[in-house]
Amino acid sequence: MSSSIQHPPRSYRRRVSTYWWLGRWPYLKFILRELSSISVTWFVVQTLLQISALSRGPTQYMEFEAWLRRPIVLSLNAVSFFFIVFHAVTWFNLAPKAMAIRVGGKRVPSLLIAAPNYLAWLVASVAVAWIVLRG
Amino acid sequence: MGKRSNEPFLWMLFSAGGVAAALLIPIHLFLFGLAFPLGWLEAPGYDTLLALARHPVTRLYLFVLCSLGLFHWAHRFRYTLYDGLQIKHLNEIINTLCYGGAILGTVVAAYLILRIP
Repeated sequence: MSSSIQHPPRSYRRRVSTYWWLGRWPYLKFILRELSSISVTWFVVQTLLQISALSRGPTQYMEFEAWLRRPIVLSLNAVSFFFIVFHAVTWFNLAPKAMAIRVGGKRVPSLLIAAPNYLAWLVASVAVAWIVLRG
Repeated sequence: MGKRSNEPFLWMLFSAGGVAAALLIPIHLFLFGLAFPLGWLEAPGYDTLLALARHPVTRLYLFVLCSLGLFHWAHRFRYTLYDGLQIKHLNEIINTLCYGGAILGTVVAAYLILRIP
């Protein structure tokens, strides 16, 4: 009589498919955003290769520049650029979600809270471009 | 007393890397990865770039950008593997590979950046 309650009943857990993130756009967006981190690593690797080539001399640096012009590398960089911009935009748009600022009982529009981030992005980009290009 | 978690520290590195990546990588990648190779803009010459790269401020900047970028990747990629592919049971090996990779990359970055003549 006692044997039926020997083990506590296992709690029921629905099995989630490995491809759960393909089902809906917000989920897919989440995974794409997370995958943008691979592009960050690609950029770091490429930058370190560049630094290494720069240290080794003008000929080696020219070879590195030629490598950058290869279609496969250009394609990777184009894809990476889009992923990184996707990362940047989603990152900057998090601020209004994290801070719900109210002024006079009204919530400050998201765009206004995210705006300083975009301004900082613009300033940083112009600064880097100016330093690199003023040659 | 339980073991203190280093999760907040790792999260801070992830977050700092996220900010650095968002603010700075797009312009870097645009210039060096697209605009210069495709000839949209004239690339700076070897001597100019070397002079720029050997400056102490640039060295520090490149080191921070590379290292934080890698720790940002480590954190995100780890959770993508956890949640995306649901391989939580490989927890330890994933952590070792991700953060180990970031640490190794940081050491390599330091070496390469210090070596700039």
